[in-house]
Amino acid sequence: MLHNLSIGELSRRLNSGQISSVELTRHFLARIERLNPALNTLITLTAEQALAAAALADGRRAAGGESGPLLGIPLIHKDIFCTDGVRTSCGSRMLDNFIAPYDATVVSRLKSAGAVMLGKANMDEFAMGSSNETSYYGPVKNPWDTTKVPGGSSGGSAAATAARLAPFATGTDTGGSIRQPAALTGVTGVKPTYGRVSRFGMVAFASSLDQAGVFAHSAEDAAIVLKAMAGFDARDSTSIDTPVPDYPAALNAPLKGLKIGLLREFFEGLEARNAALIHDALKVYTDLGAQTMEVSLPHLPLSVPTYYVVAPAECSSNLSRFDGVRFGYRCEAPKDLLDLYKRSRGEGFGAEVKRRIMTGTYVLSAGYFDAYYLQAQKVRRLITDDFRAAFAQVDLLIGPTTPTPAFAIGAKIDDPVTMYLNDIYTIGANLAGLPGLSLPCGLIDGLPMGLQLIGPHFAEAKLLNAAHLFQQSTEWHKQSPRGFE
Amino acid sequence: MSLTRQDVEKIAHLARLSITEQEMPVYVTSLSSIVNFVDELSRVQTGDVLPMAHPLDGQHQRLRVDEVTEGDHHKKFQANAPAVQAGLYVVPRVIE
Amino acid sequence: MMTDWEVVIGLEIHAQLATKSKIFSGSATAYGAPPNAQADLVDLAYPGVLPVLNGEAVRMAVKFGLSIGAEVARRSVFARKNYFYPDLPKGYQISQYELPVVKRGKLAVVLDDGSVKTIGVTRAHLEEDAGKSLHEGLANASGIDLNRAGTPLLEIVSEPDMRSAKEAVAYMKKIHTLVRYLEICDGNMQEGSFRCDANVSVRPRGRKKFGTRAEIKNLNSFRFVEKAIHYEVARQVDLLESGGSVLQETRLYDSDKDETRSMRSKEEANDYRYFPDPDLLPVHIDEAFIEAVRATLPELPDEKAARFALDFGLSAYDAGVLSTSRELGAYFEGVVSTLGAVHAKLAANWVMGELSSALNRDSVDIVFSRVSPVHLAGLLLRIVDATISGKIAKEVFEAMWSEGQTADAVIEAKGLKQITDSGAIEGVIDSVMAANPKQLADYRSGKDKLFGFFVGQVMKETGGKANPAQLNELLKAKLGGSS
Ligand SMILES: [Mg+2]
Ligand SMILES: [Zn+2]
Repeated sequence: MLHNLSIGELSRRLNSGQISSVELTRHFLARIERLNPALNTLITLTAEQALAAAALADGRRAAGGESGPLLGIPLIHKDIFCTDGVRTSCGSRMLDNFIAPYDATVVSRLKSAGAVMLGKANMDEFAMGSSNETSYYGPVKNPWDTTKVPGGSSGGSAAATAARLAPFATGTDTGGSIRQPAALTGVTGVKPTYGRVSRFGMVAFASSLDQAGVFAHSAEDAAIVLKAMAGFDARDSTSIDTPVPDYPAALNAPLKGLKIGLLREFFEGLEARNAALIHDALKVYTDLGAQTMEVSLPHLPLSVPTYYVVAPAECSSNLSRFDGVRFGYRCEAPKDLLDLYKRSRGEGFGAEVKRRIMTGTYVLSAGYFDAYYLQAQKVRRLITDDFRAAFAQVDLLIGPTTPTPAFAIGAKIDDPVTMYLNDIYTIGANLAGLPGLSLPCGLIDGLPMGLQLIGPHFAEAKLLNAAHLFQQSTEWHKQSPRGFE
Repeated sequence: MSLTRQDVEKIAHLARLSITEQEMPVYVTSLSSIVNFVDELSRVQTGDVLPMAHPLDGQHQRLRVDEVTEGDHHKKFQANAPAVQAGLYVVPRVIE
Repeated sequence: MMTDWEVVIGLEIHAQLATKSKIFSGSATAYGAPPNAQADLVDLAYPGVLPVLNGEAVRMAVKFGLSIGAEVARRSVFARKNYFYPDLPKGYQISQYELPVVKRGKLAVVLDDGSVKTIGVTRAHLEEDAGKSLHEGLANASGIDLNRAGTPLLEIVSEPDMRSAKEAVAYMKKIHTLVRYLEICDGNMQEGSFRCDANVSVRPRGRKKFGTRAEIKNLNSFRFVEKAIHYEVARQVDLLESGGSVLQETRLYDSDKDETRSMRSKEEANDYRYFPDPDLLPVHIDEAFIEAVRATLPELPDEKAARFALDFGLSAYDAGVLSTSRELGAYFEGVVSTLGAVHAKLAANWVMGELSSALNRDSVDIVFSRVSPVHLAGLLLRIVDATISGKIAKEVFEAMWSEGQTADAVIEAKGLKQITDSGAIEGVIDSVMAANPKQLADYRSGKDKLFGFFVGQVMKETGGKANPAQLNELLKAKLGGSS
C-alpha cells in the first residue's frame, strides 16, 4: 500500500511515472477522510490547496524535468508554523481566526522542495503540554489505543504519521514535544541541534529551547526531510551558518567502534520492562560493533525544574503580543484598555497557557528573579557542562525517551507537575541545545516505546546513521497500529 | 513555598489575564505546587557559575546591513485586526 | 526660616539614530508616512517573526561613545523590558539593561557666565522606539500608528550632575550639537528625533542624600525642558515646605498649561521583569570595529572651538558660538580663507552679527545663505581697504542679501565708494565754511564743540562718503585758519 512505502520508494515511483503526486495526494486525503475522525489529528485540512500543489509538482516533474526527493510528497505541518493564506491557530482560541500573511522558513523550504501540504496538525495550545489535551480543538487520540494520549505537544503530527495519514509531518520540540509523542505513537522523531533549523515563522513558546524537527516512518525518511528543512536563515539571529551535511548519504556509515554512553541517571528507578527494551536495543548496537559504557550526568535530574523556570519565563514574554489589538481574539465590548487586555487574554488563552504565563511572570518578577530565573540559568550551565563532559568520552548517549507508554486521556491533566515529569528524559537536550532522536524499540502492553539517542551539537548525521542501522536490523518501526495498516 | 490568592491576583494583573472566580483556587493550588517543585533548584550550590541564557552560549549576534527591504502592506496585515480605522489600529481610549 | 533648596537634575536623552531601516527590521524609518505604512511583520510583532540587529545602529552608538571618551563595551546584551501598552506591539521593549553598549563618558558644557562644567554620562544604550497613540477624531478610542515602532534609539543617561534648569539645557544642547556633528541623529525636535526625560529632585543645600525624584517624560524642546524643570522644582519645594513629601512618579509636562502632572497610566505596578532577549545573541565589538568607527569621527565641537581660539585669536565665547554646528563653522572658515586669518575677528563679528540675524529673520538655513562666504569676504575686504566704512558696509550687505550681488557691484551701482581724494574733500570743506560764516566765527572764537557741526555738514554734502579720518585732519587744519 502506498502509505506504507518509504519516501525514497514513493519518489522513485513518482519519477518513473508509476504514480502521480495528485494520485498520491488523493490517496492520503482519502485516508484522512476515513481515519482521522477517530483521531482528531488535524485542525485544518487544506485539500484543494494540496491537490493544486500536487498538480504543480507533477508539472515540475514533467515539464521542468525535476526529480527532487520530496517533489510531490505529501506532508502535514504542525499548526505552529505560519502558512501564508492558511489559518495558523497554534491550537489556541487566541488564533482561531488568524490567517498568517507569510510562510515560515520551514514551510517555504519544504514548499520549494515540492512537498505537498495536506493540512495543519493538532497540537497542545501554543505547544504547552505533553499529551495534546490542552488544544482548543480537543485532544488527539493515539492510533494504538484511542483512549490514550499521543503525547505532546506535537501530538497531531505524531498520531497522523503513526496512522499513515501522511508520509511525514513537521513538529517542534521545546522540552520533548517531538521525541515524546514519537515514542508514544511508534514513529521516528528528530529534534535537531538548536539553531540547525530556522525558527522564523514558528510561533514562539520558549525562544532559547524551541527547535523544529520531523516525524517520519524511518530514520531514512527523516534524513531526507531534515536535509530539506535545515540550514542557515538570515531572518533568525539564532540560526547557525554552517553547511548542512548530506544526511541520507551518511546513513550507512559502519558503527564499528562507535562509543555509546548509557546515562546512569536515566536508568535509576526505570520501570523493568522499559529497561529491558533499552538493553535489547543496546544488544543490537553491540552486535553492530559499537562499544557501550556507563556515563553520569549528575545535574540531569535538575533539568525538569530548570526547564519549568526557563520555559515559562520566556513564554510569559513571548505571549505578551497576543493582546487583542493587531490580530487574534478580542473580547466582546471591552470597557477600557485594561479590560481589553485582561479579557482578550483571559478568554483567548486556555488554562495551561495561563498557568505557564503566570509561572513565568512570577519567576521574573522583582524579588524572585535571582532565586528562580537566574538560579535556573546557572543550573542550565551545570547541566550543559555535564553533557559536554560526557561527549568527551562518548559519541552518543542512549536511554529511554519516556518513563512509561501512552497514558489514558484525562489521567494527568489535573496534575501539572506529574504531567511535566513525562519529559524527564527529553528536557536535558533542549536545555543544552543538543540534537535528539526517538525511534521505536518495542511495545509495553501493546503500546509503542521509544529509544532516545542524544548527540553533541550538529551530530544529526550520526544520530540518523545510528537509528537507520538499528532499523535495518529490527522491525519495530515497520509496525503500524491496528486499523491503520 | 506556596502562593496566596493575593500573589496570584498580582501576577495575573502583571500578565494582564482575567481569572474567573472558579479558576482562582485552581491556580492558587497548581501554581503553588509548581513553585514548590522548582524550589528544588534553591538547594543547588551554584556560587560563581555563570548564568547561561542561551544554548548558543559563546556565539554572537550577526549584524544586518542597513537597507530598507520592506514595503507598505498594511492592508494585508490589517486583515487580521479586530478593529481598524483609517489605517490605525483602534483600541479603547489611551489615557496618559 | 527658609531652607535653601538645591536642585538636582539628571537627563535621559532619547536620540533617534539616522539609519535608513529600523533597528530590528527592514522597514523604512522616514518621518511622516501614512499610518502603519512603515510597519512590517516584525514591527507589528506578528506571531513567529524574529529581530535581526541593524549593524549601522551599533556603529552609530560606538561613534557616540568614542566622541565622549566613554568605554565601549566589548560585549553588550539586549534585554526585554516587559509592560503592556498599545504602542508597544510585543508587550516588551527590546532595550539594554545590565550590559549597555556605552559606559562612563563625560561632556564639558560652557555656562552663561563662561564657566565650564563637566557632566558625567553614566551610559548610552540601544533600544527600539515605540509607536504612537492618536486620539483625534475617535470617540473615546485611540488609534495606533506603529510607523515609529522599531526606530533605533540611543538613550543617553547622564549622572545627576546638573544643578539648575540652565545647566540642564546647556548639557542637552551640547548633546544635540554632538549627535548632529556625528551625523547619527538629525536632531529634529519637532518630529521627536531628539527628546528627553528629566529626573528632578530638590534637597536642602549641604545635604548629601538626594531627595525623591520625579521623572518628567518626553520633553521635546529646550524651552520646555527649562520651563518644566522650573515648574517641577517650584512644585516640589512647595510640597516640602508645606510639610508634604514628593512622590517618586512619572510626570508629563503640559506646555499649554505650563505645568507637570502625574501619568497614572505609567505609574501603576511597573515591574518590568527585564531578562536577556533569547531571540538575540550578545553583541561583540572588537578592537578592529572600534578603530574603523574611530576613523570616521569628524572634528568635534570642542576641538573646533579650541582651534578657532588658537588659530584666529577668537574669544572662547566667539569660538564656541562658531562651532555650534559644522555648517556654521565651515561658513566662518570659508570667509576667513578668503579674507585672511588676520581679519578673523572681523569675520567672526559679521558671521555672528549681520549674517546670523539675516538668516534668522528670513529663517534661511546657513547652507542656503543668500550671501556666500566668498561674497561676504569680498564685502569685508572693502572695509579693510577703506573703500567703505563699516556703517556703509551694513547697507551694502542688505543689498547683497536681497539682490544677491557682490559687494563691489553694489558699491559701484550705488556709488558708495568713500571719497579719499583730499582735494575733493577740501573743496567741500571750503564751500561749507563759506556757507556758514557765523558758526565759523564762533568756532574760531573758542566754541570747539562746533567742530562736530562742520563734520556733519561735510558728511551731509558727501552723502557720508568722505573718509572720516581724512576729513577730521583736513577740517581741523582749515577751521584753524592755517590756510
Ligand atoms: Mg529610560
Ligand atoms: Zn528609553
